[in-house]
Amino acid sequence: MKPGPRTAAEAGLVLCEICGLLSRPANPEEPGHCPRCDGELAFRRHHSIQRTWALIVAAAICYLPANVLPVMTTSGLGGADEETIMGGVMLLYTTGSWPLALIVLIASVMIPLAKLIALAYLLITVQRGSIRNNRERARLYRLVEFVGRWSMLDVFVDTFTVALIQLQPLMAVLPGPGVLFFASVVVLTMLAAETFDPRLIWDSSTERTTQNE
Amino acid sequence: MTSLPENLIACPDCDLLQRVPPLPSGGKARCPRCRKVVAARKKDSLDRTMALTIAAAIAFLVANVMPLMGLSAVGRTAGTTIIGGIHEMWVQEEKLTALLVGFCVVLAPAVKIGFTLAVLFAARRFPAPAWAGTLLRWAEMHEPWAMLEVMMLGILVALVKIAELATVIPGVGMFAVGALIFLLAGMTAAFDPEEVWERVRWADGEAPRAPRAQSAGEAGG
Repeated sequence: MKPGPRTAAEAGLVLCEICGLLSRPANPEEPGHCPRCDGELAFRRHHSIQRTWALIVAAAICYLPANVLPVMTTSGLGGADEETIMGGVMLLYTTGSWPLALIVLIASVMIPLAKLIALAYLLITVQRGSIRNNRERARLYRLVEFVGRWSMLDVFVDTFTVALIQLQPLMAVLPGPGVLFFASVVVLTMLAAETFDPRLIWDSSTERTTQNE
Repeated sequence: MTSLPENLIACPDCDLLQRVPPLPSGGKARCPRCRKVVAARKKDSLDRTMALTIAAAIAFLVANVMPLMGLSAVGRTAGTTIIGGIHEMWVQEEKLTALLVGFCVVLAPAVKIGFTLAVLFAARRFPAPAWAGTLLRWAEMHEPWAMLEVMMLGILVALVKIAELATVIPGVGMFAVGALIFLLAGMTAAFDPEEVWERVRWADGEAPRAPRAQSAGEAGG
């Protein structure tokens, strides 16, 4: 096979992330704007690694209060009752709907944590120039992108429980401070997944094959 | 600018350069290196998406105007709409959360549906005006944040939680949300944004190259 440029970046071409047009910028130092959609062009997303790390660290900081602080407070004639995310899972489990308890456990507790670990793993392997398990890492990234939205589940559960149970003075459900932290974890990890550039996973492999040829 | 071979593309996920052979209608091409779907030809993409989008717009209006559910407990009744739920969150001093929920279940789906509809109407002309590209970009930016199916599951969980406290009657809004979820998924499945981009007037003022044979027929009309 004739050795030639394998990637667009090697060939001096840049793919517009908005409209998908492949173009050859006049000045590779400053690719400028896409001739078709006028979107900003970049060979790789700007400062992808640093920005993704920053978002992950911020999300990890919010993860603790999100799980410790109550997301809902039920106040009735018999006093007030606070509920955390895990408390909500336990409540669903004890009232007999374990499938829903499992869904909430996965969506609210496990997915955010798994996303943080997965993105950190992707960043570390990219920074170390790893060329192993590229396809698996690419698949992991797509999975992180795909499941992220489902973590918002608990925010909706809280919103609609609060909206429905307003039977003052008998009983009312109020949102707790945990909701905002929890929503922050979800939004920050979603932004982190959007900031990470999956092409970085493959760049080390591209460099090595080019050197060998 | 030197012109590039028309079938040359780069994989958006791994940047590998590759040539895509002409695909049959309904065909898909995957990147040989990372397995990302890099091209897909969808049948009657623009017309089918328009039909689904119009239906989605109607379902969206109904879902936001009609009550999601009614509730009766200890001799009292209450009900809520989507906006009502967001409003309650706002009143309870969780303003940021209220804004976020509003964005994910009202604003983002509205932008996606409304802008897609505008783009599809604009793309009936050839060449389509450049603003169609701008709106398409906005519609796609909002896509990951439109979370109606997550909201539906959230409502289900909330209902199970309060089932022992109250009787809940699903309202018209709930059925509209259910329909909307399928219509939005259908829009994504039927839509080929590339077909719109091929018709849009370029930002640098150039008219696009002739559209593919499939769409050339409608261009005259």
